Amino acid sequence: MSDDYILEMRNITKVFPGVKALDNVNFKVRRGEIHCLVGENGAGKSTLMKVLSGVWKYGTYTGDIVYNGEVQHFKSIADSEAKGIAIIYQELALFPELSVYENIFLGHEIMNGIAIDWNETTVQAQKYLEKVRLKVNPALPVKKLNTGKQQLVEIAKALSKNCNLLIFDEPTSSLNEDDSENLLNIMRELKEQGITCIMISHKLREVTAIADTITVLRDGSTICSLDAKTDDISEANIIKNMVGRTIDDVYPKRLTKNIGDIMFEVKNLSAEDRSTGRQILKDVSFNVRKGEIVGLQGLMGAGRTECALAVFGNPYKYKITSGEVWLDGEKVHFKTPKQAIKKGLAYVSEDRKGNGLVLIQDVRYNTTLSNLEELIKALSIDENKEIGIANKYKEEINIKTPTVAQKVGNLSGGNQQKVQIAKWLFSHPKVLILDEPTRGIDVGAKYEIYSIMNELVKQGMSIIMISSELPEILGMSDRLYVMSEGKITGELAIEEATEEKVMKMAINS
Amino acid sequence: MGKNKGTFKELITLIKTNATSYMMYFALIAIMLVFQIWTNGRFFTAQNITNLFNQAAYVAVLAIGMTLILILKHIDLSCGYVAGLSGAIAAILMEKMGVNVWLSMLIVLLIALAIGFYQGTLVTKMGIPAFITTLAGMFIFRGLLSRSLAKHGTIIVTDPVFKAMCQGFIPDIPGNKTGVHIVTMVIAVLAVALVIFFQIRNRKNKMKYDFPVSSTPIFVAGLVAVSIVILFAAWMLAIDNGLPISVCIVGVILAAYAFMLSKTKLGRHIYGIGGNDQAAELSGVDVKKVTLFAFCSMSVLAAVAGFLYTSRLSSATPTAGLAFEMDAIASSYIGGTAVSGGVGKVTNAIIGTFVIMSLTNGMNLLTIDISYQYIVKGIIFIIAVAFDVKSRKK
Repeated sequence: MSDDYILEMRNITKVFPGVKALDNVNFKVRRGEIHCLVGENGAGKSTLMKVLSGVWKYGTYTGDIVYNGEVQHFKSIADSEAKGIAIIYQELALFPELSVYENIFLGHEIMNGIAIDWNETTVQAQKYLEKVRLKVNPALPVKKLNTGKQQLVEIAKALSKNCNLLIFDEPTSSLNEDDSENLLNIMRELKEQGITCIMISHKLREVTAIADTITVLRDGSTICSLDAKTDDISEANIIKNMVGRTIDDVYPKRLTKNIGDIMFEVKNLSAEDRSTGRQILKDVSFNVRKGEIVGLQGLMGAGRTECALAVFGNPYKYKITSGEVWLDGEKVHFKTPKQAIKKGLAYVSEDRKGNGLVLIQDVRYNTTLSNLEELIKALSIDENKEIGIANKYKEEINIKTPTVAQKVGNLSGGNQQKVQIAKWLFSHPKVLILDEPTRGIDVGAKYEIYSIMNELVKQGMSIIMISSELPEILGMSDRLYVMSEGKITGELAIEEATEEKVMKMAINS
Repeated sequence: MGKNKGTFKELITLIKTNATSYMMYFALIAIMLVFQIWTNGRFFTAQNITNLFNQAAYVAVLAIGMTLILILKHIDLSCGYVAGLSGAIAAILMEKMGVNVWLSMLIVLLIALAIGFYQGTLVTKMGIPAFITTLAGMFIFRGLLSRSLAKHGTIIVTDPVFKAMCQGFIPDIPGNKTGVHIVTMVIAVLAVALVIFFQIRNRKNKMKYDFPVSSTPIFVAGLVAVSIVILFAAWMLAIDNGLPISVCIVGVILAAYAFMLSKTKLGRHIYGIGGNDQAAELSGVDVKKVTLFAFCSMSVLAAVAGFLYTSRLSSATPTAGLAFEMDAIASSYIGGTAVSGGVGKVTNAIIGTFVIMSLTNGMNLLTIDISYQYIVKGIIFIIAVAFDVKSRKK
């Protein structure tokens, strides 16, 4: 293949407060190829594409973007689009109430004087829809199309802007088999028309089927770039490059393990998303014993959080189509989180700012919110007792704050996470579900949270730890389950678990 | 000297960090003083202060209910006409159907509860935005108000108990010839004592846990200021007819709601939902039930406001309720309820009410046309909210 590069990203480094998301990344894409970008969650793929498209504008990163032989200084998405770079996001950016052709030309309408030329718009839309082989009435509102077809509309939109570098971010993650296959064929056709495609994907089967080149990122660095013609692009080799990390000894060891009977069990749980009708959980079964830490691994979108929420009183009202939940030998059915909490279930949210904490309130308030009953004296809340309890947790799990009267929004990520944990400890759970407990917090706080987990299981609590970080899952779990596309794809005792095995189950191609 | 400097510095930072909450006190004092000067001293007279209290009572009651709704990030546009309708139904029951005054009020409170339940259900169970639900309510209750009075026109209320609510005064000890209403002064002194007691206890508690507190001089100055205001207001009332019953009614409601918001589980849940409804839900808060409660409470308080308004005018009219909700919403926001929800105090909403009603009262004294009154109130309102939004961004 020629050495005509449409895009070269040279020594790109992007730093977020406390994290180096990209570290001297080099990424070269040949003109007219399909280039796949793979790596674990947090490897830096999306950040790299955001740098490319101008979301992280010029000046917020270091390094050069050379596109069509020129160094580019994109200050916004509009800048990169003007040069012919378009991204198709996982979450589609269409307007559901607008028609197909309105969507395609939104933002670059075909004008006739001061009015939009709707006739020409319709004709042109038809032309682009043919290119992506979508046979629908362009006057239909987009919401009437299924996700696969909506994605094709999005591609047609990108083509209508004369783009010649098309980036797909996990394009098949929400598509069924047929739609995925169709999309890959469209990509092949686009390639024949001379359009270069970059695809971010976790599905290695698709990657190996379609890629001309595969670049592997890990921990913000380029690990390797494999040429489909000359290099070994077997899934095994790709996985090895994705995970090949040495596990540091950052996980405090438990000296004695005291694992008892089954405390919590989910049997054959299936659920659907009410609005889209998509099946989010398929026949999920797992259990956790007293005094045990069970890991629930999987890539983003595998259905782990949905699974936890479905059993934790189902606050987002998924349609549960089958399944049983057993807690401490009793069959339970929680209709609200309130009922789940009463029976001894606790859920530390992955999104502590979004649905975990009330940021405008103080540490004390957040600590006691889930169990105010315990503080009621006569009619009112016993504030002395409340402050005492907040202070106790502040000491015990080392929440770094001047006083418990401090607003939670002013604390660091790690300390916010500890406030979340304090809140759930105060509800005295039997089973604690931790969803991505160490996301976005620094190493020191991570170690502290691991130590708290060890202490809790020592006292007989059962912990389910949801995490997409392999080393963390392998370092902390006694046993682990792997999820992919709403299914449990494997169960491993910690002794037999390796990064390769887990990653293979998580990718499950 | 150095110590004084420290106190001064603290005062400045205190004002800076609590800009919004102090702002409304300054605004209130400034407005009152300006009117005192413009009216050549007619603002701070015993009669006018009494009048101001009676005028403000119904808005204060509405503002208390509205504060809960606004903390929850909802709104109730219908409460004005719910108040008007409640007053009208009470008047019909008492004057046209001969129902006992207490029973009449009980019936109306139950009707209001049903209205609150209906609107709250639409908001929580059906997911219709409160703005739409209560806008529709505004139409409906305005229509019902006109309908209910269509046969009789304006109804004159003659019941002495009902009229006393917003015209009467608390009784004094019999045979008091001093010219000063003694019971009023006793209540004022007790109120001051209670304020001082609770403030000191609160401060001691905070100090015990090393929470930040203001320094002693500032704390004492604050207490002295509050005491002077209470005693001054009481004195103005005591040399006239004494404490209006309306003040007692508002006081009891205010105390109950302030206690509920700051000391009970329900209050915590309200602030939790306002701050982050998803986090509250996941922490076991029954978001729908709490929201439903707030709408029910709003409508019941609207009925009480309707009683007070009807009582003050001694009549139920088809125009009662017009723009009440505007004064209530403005009161609550001027009193520092956050536009983004989650923050707000009913005690401060009452200060907001006094800002709004002092404007009304003062401009009425100056016989300024109602059209200008609206413009002035609107300007004060938007300045207060803009100030609040800006100070919260920091």
